[in-house]
Amino acid sequence: MKTLPKEPRYETLSYLPPLTDQQITRQIEYMLENGYIPGIEFEKDPTPELHHWTLWKLPLFNCRSAQEVLAEVRECRSEYSDSYIRVVGFDNIRQCQTVSFIVYKPGTSRY
Amino acid sequence: MAQTKSAAGFDAGVQDYRLTYYTPDYTPKDTDLLACFRMTPQPGVPAEEAAAAVAAESSTGTWTTVWTDNLTDLDRYKGRCYDVEPVPGEDNQYFCFIAYPLDLFEEGSVTNVLTSLVGNVFGFKALRALRLEDIRFPVALIKTFPGPPHGITVERDHLNKYGRPLLGCTIKPKLGLSAKNYGRAVYECLRGGLDFTKDDENINSQPFMRWRDRFLFVQEAIEKAQAETNEIKGHYLNVTAATCEEMMERAEFAKEIGTPIVMHDFLTGGFTANTTLSKWCRKNGVLLHIHRAMHAVIDRQRNHGIHFRVLAKCLRLSGGDHLHSGTVVGKLEGEREITMGFVDLMREDYVEEDRSRGIFFTQDYASMGGTMPVASGGIHVWHMPALVEIFGDDSCLQFGGGTLGHPWGNAPGATANRVALEACVQARNEGRNLAREGNDVLREACRWSPELAAACELWKEIKFEFEAMDTI
Repeated sequence: MKTLPKEPRYETLSYLPPLTDQQITRQIEYMLENGYIPGIEFEKDPTPELHHWTLWKLPLFNCRSAQEVLAEVRECRSEYSDSYIRVVGFDNIRQCQTVSFIVYKPGTSRY
Repeated sequence: MAQTKSAAGFDAGVQDYRLTYYTPDYTPKDTDLLACFRMTPQPGVPAEEAAAAVAAESSTGTWTTVWTDNLTDLDRYKGRCYDVEPVPGEDNQYFCFIAYPLDLFEEGSVTNVLTSLVGNVFGFKALRALRLEDIRFPVALIKTFPGPPHGITVERDHLNKYGRPLLGCTIKPKLGLSAKNYGRAVYECLRGGLDFTKDDENINSQPFMRWRDRFLFVQEAIEKAQAETNEIKGHYLNVTAATCEEMMERAEFAKEIGTPIVMHDFLTGGFTANTTLSKWCRKNGVLLHIHRAMHAVIDRQRNHGIHFRVLAKCLRLSGGDHLHSGTVVGKLEGEREITMGFVDLMREDYVEEDRSRGIFFTQDYASMGGTMPVASGGIHVWHMPALVEIFGDDSCLQFGGGTLGHPWGNAPGATANRVALEACVQARNEGRNLAREGNDVLREACRWSPELAAACELWKEIKFEFEAMDTI
């Protein structure tokens, strides 16, 4: 038996081990296959009820491949290495956000 | 459309006013409210006569003619049976289709619609049994209902949760915990990774735990779990009460202490109370979870009562952000299709007629928000792949015993479910087939999650097979 340690989380996919670039790529490909518009957000000290993280540049409206998104994630990570980074997806038909998952956590994590 | 207009025997014994309610040549208008009943006439009663009686008794008809009939325009107000079809594979059962003029109904009142459609007619002597299978609400009437206080997309924005089903758990034992012990159980579940916990439906305000004490301890648990996990948490605080005044007092207090979601039992509480609460929820930014105690009394018999798809539609109109819909898992394929039919009626904007899914009418909701289906009861981690595959992201999966029954307690139990959920979502997005590879996905995650491994060891692995998903 083990007591569950206390650890902050960052919503969808944050209970998995940190995603590799290859795993991130496949999640982005899923978004593109579904016609979602990818975007990147970052924030240094996110709190649970903070809905708007800072947008990295603009959503990638004309994105053709996951690699373009990943390149932006890398650029964001090198510029804001002390911030949490998540990839988000927008559906302009349903007019809402449909995706958000954490791709970078500064410091350590349990898994 | 198949018509079974009888020849000989139809006129005999039929009262004149009945004849006016069976109009097979009538073409329903876009503004008509349409209903499909499954009707079992008494032996010897012709189907058309019984169908006409259903139309009459659920609209303008009375058993005898009265002189004041002559002061109104019957054609403007009468319900019309426009089609009768034998039910395939059943003896002496008929689907009877009735069109009701829009003017028969008060705007924005589910109570009024049901009082007409499922009122006296269900006790009618000429019928052995009667079941309301489906209703088509015309857009003109739909637009008079507010619908869910928030709807699925707004709820997600409130909660900051995207791209996965939500995860919940009903706190057990159902009855008897003190408010503080109850709050403890809530906190442990939420800190482990659940989004929501839930009051059991029969927890209102009993001597062992008065509502105000429960609300306060639970809210403390929510806030602590939220601060520690950095994720938004909630607990469905049940505000169902003996009177509407009491219900609203509890809801007001819930809002005052900052809780994000309250809960109501829409059938035992009643549609009038539900609509009142739902409107308040929209006005006050509080999400509304709906339980369905008593539904099986109404919807379980195949030949009598009201099908759950009608109750679900009515609830969406009356207002509710969540509604229990069953789990599907383990049921027969046919029932799965029927369940997914009414799940679509809960959350989609436009649903096409499809008899194989039990949908008798095309329904246009005209941009009304969607109600999130809640799958709850008797499920555990091994069901996760099937649930994600069947219900998709816009659902709430609730593991009660499947969380609290974990050998290490609530928090590891919650983590096990959350890890299983995220592993399934990740695998699905990567293109893996959850129906076929779901158990492998869980076993892989067990390697790095001891909480999941313990859960997977306790509960028995299940085989989930449905070939249809492979071929679509």
